[in-house]
Amino acid sequence: MYSSSILSIKKFGWGFLTSSTWDPFSEVFGALPMIYGTLVSSLLGLIIAIPLGLGVAVFLSELAPSWLEKPLSFLTELLAGIPSVIYGLWGIFVLVPWLRDSVEPFLQNEFPNSPFFQGAPYGFGMLAAAIILSIMVLPIISSISRDVLKSVPNSQREAAYALGATKWEVTKIVLSYAKSGLLGAIILGLGRAIGETMAVTMVIGNRPQISTSLLAPGYTMASVLANEFTEATSDLYLNSLIELALVLFVITIIINIFARLLVWSTERKWKLSPM
Amino acid sequence: MEIKSNVKNITFYRRKTTNIVMLSFSFLAALITLLPLIFIFYYTISKGIANLNVNFFTKLPTPVGESGGGMVNAIIGTLILIAIGGGIGIPVGIFTGTYLSEFGHNKFGFVVRFLTDVLSGIPSIVVGVVAYTLVVVPMKHFSAAAGGVALAILMIPTITRTTEEMIKLVPQSYREAGLALGIPKWKTTLLIVLKTAWKGIATGVLLGLSRAAGETAPLLFTALDNRFWSTNIFQPIASLTVYIYQYASAPYKDWNDQAWTAALVLILLISLLSLIFRIITRSKYKTTN
Amino acid sequence: MEITEKIKTENVPKTNAMNQDPIKISVQNLSAYFGKIQVLKNVSIDIPEKKVIAIIGPSGCGKSTFLRSINRMHEVARGTITGKIIFDDEDVMKIDPVYLRRKIGMVFQKPNPFPTMSVFNNVVAGLKLNGFRNRKALKEIVEKTLKQAALWDEVKDMLNKSGANLSGGQQQRLCIARTIAINPEVILMDEPASALDPISTAKIEELIFELKKDYTIIIVTHNMQQAARVSDYTAFFYMGELIEFSDTKKMFTAPAKKQTEDYITGRFG
Repeated sequence: MYSSSILSIKKFGWGFLTSSTWDPFSEVFGALPMIYGTLVSSLLGLIIAIPLGLGVAVFLSELAPSWLEKPLSFLTELLAGIPSVIYGLWGIFVLVPWLRDSVEPFLQNEFPNSPFFQGAPYGFGMLAAAIILSIMVLPIISSISRDVLKSVPNSQREAAYALGATKWEVTKIVLSYAKSGLLGAIILGLGRAIGETMAVTMVIGNRPQISTSLLAPGYTMASVLANEFTEATSDLYLNSLIELALVLFVITIIINIFARLLVWSTERKWKLSPM
Repeated sequence: MEIKSNVKNITFYRRKTTNIVMLSFSFLAALITLLPLIFIFYYTISKGIANLNVNFFTKLPTPVGESGGGMVNAIIGTLILIAIGGGIGIPVGIFTGTYLSEFGHNKFGFVVRFLTDVLSGIPSIVVGVVAYTLVVVPMKHFSAAAGGVALAILMIPTITRTTEEMIKLVPQSYREAGLALGIPKWKTTLLIVLKTAWKGIATGVLLGLSRAAGETAPLLFTALDNRFWSTNIFQPIASLTVYIYQYASAPYKDWNDQAWTAALVLILLISLLSLIFRIITRSKYKTTN
Repeated sequence: MEITEKIKTENVPKTNAMNQDPIKISVQNLSAYFGKIQVLKNVSIDIPEKKVIAIIGPSGCGKSTFLRSINRMHEVARGTITGKIIFDDEDVMKIDPVYLRRKIGMVFQKPNPFPTMSVFNNVVAGLKLNGFRNRKALKEIVEKTLKQAALWDEVKDMLNKSGANLSGGQQQRLCIARTIAINPEVILMDEPASALDPISTAKIEELIFELKKDYTIIIVTHNMQQAARVSDYTAFFYMGELIEFSDTKKMFTAPAKKQTEDYITGRFG
């Protein structure tokens, strides 16, 4: 991949990452809007997904009676099995119209001066992408977190109960015991969100711009690839796209290695000293 | 004693309230999570069922504006792509998984395991770019084979991991029994260990295949798309997922409707796949016991 | 703490012996279950105040379940009970478990300090749950309880390190300190020394001896010598039933029942 993107690397150097102009007609390629779009949509998605995902994990591992836990786990995993293009389809025809007709006008009325809700409510845009992403990473965060929480030794829970802790206080102790594993789960979710292509491409609006408004269309690295790869007419264009893939690749690799290390380390960490 | 005297004070009730609030939130989170699942199934079924008829499974797509038509080429295309992907991905995955669990207790094994984990986190679109540079560029045109390679790369980590986990569950005594009979290690692995773990491995394979069936991104610039009947693996080929993408993004009402039908068919196809696998593994299980 | 205890004599089937001691906990016809499996059968026993009561018996005889029924930890493991446990004057099933477990502390078989908390915070974990935040008072309590748990000298320089850094024996004494810091009236100990080396075991036993001045202690143990050394009264459980409950000295010298004799002389179990 590096060798296939040599043309654009030579031409643009580090500027590729910091320039915000992406113009195939004049053959100027800067990836900043896509990097921005990728990061913002993923982080927003996570902000929605983290509390929900952890909530589900706590429910499954600490609260649900066993007859409910199995089917519920199965259903959340089913959510992970739905092809992303179907999420996108649902996004275009159900989520986007709903955002455009009810949610976005409502937000604009409630917060007329907020920089986050400016511009015409298209429906397509950052907000739609973030919501779709949060739905898609939810099952990852919740299922890994559930496993991490289940690996916390029961003696910890008993110790807390015996001190007169309420169920929630017991859960807090369990959560703090498992925190690095939970962080790992969240970062794996981030990795998934950053690389997610189809659903985002279908709802984000696909415009290479940087805007603070969540209602404005954006673009992500993955969706540029999906949209423009087969249309790349010149070598430089194609090379730039491959370089973009390379950047995406490196980012997700780093995220994944970091997350795996965290998840692995939970079980080894805090081993109580041998008897 | 100060603690005892005020144990049922405001703090106590505040703690009780926090407890109830937080636990209810957790329950609520579980409910909210199920909502999209219900929504998506509801819409896919209710919108997709309208166009679900014999034509959809027997006819080729029609140009815009012309009613009727189907996606038989895309259904076949998806099947061919899964077959190529599985043909490469399943043996490689099972072999790697077996190697890791039976012989991989060294540094090399550790590295391979780590790489597989990392590979599973690579975005599928990047895998598409890799398959593009590996297959499409040398062959000089888009093809079903390139799409299959991309899907294979996506399947491998899932299959490898499940195979390894499942083989680890095989009791050590089985291996020792085989070795004690004077059967060489590789044969023991093949005849006893793999056979015992077969059911679990099949589940992993199924998971890999159904994920691959739902992939779109890596096919966009490997298998591309083909509006005509084609089973030639060295030519571009249509797939359900790419059609869903194109038809959903198009401004034509009848195409949009067909996208929902295609989504429904895709979900049915994946369910069918898992049903077939269940049946196969069940009968296998019976014969081995 | 209340000094006067209402002694319950009416309709309580007295097992024997300790009529002179005020009764702290009265267990009446207790049966305990896990799902459909019955693990305790109709146990009645009166626990006298500020004494050490040892529960002995072979594995699986229900002694841990008995202990865990008293502070309602049995239901945390999704078990159920029938019968009554009267703590002071109240039925424990009518007391809020969170409140009950403050009054009846518990030390487990394996030391289970919270590894994410420092030694200091481990000791005051129970107090902090109750919104007790006065740093100066907490410091005093930590020093006092750690001294009571005979751990102060060993850990006074590492109060801010994780509780997981201590040795097994120290961890167990830390757990005891954590339990007494919330000032319970009863301490339940589930084989507190079975995971420890002989020296640590000796320290725990000394500690129990000290603690009984202030607390009622019920200790489950596998080790009959330990029961004989630390306890005032001993109860022998077998197959979910209470076989015999009497003065420890009497139990080990002249057991009333054949099964008890067989067990303590090592003929089974």
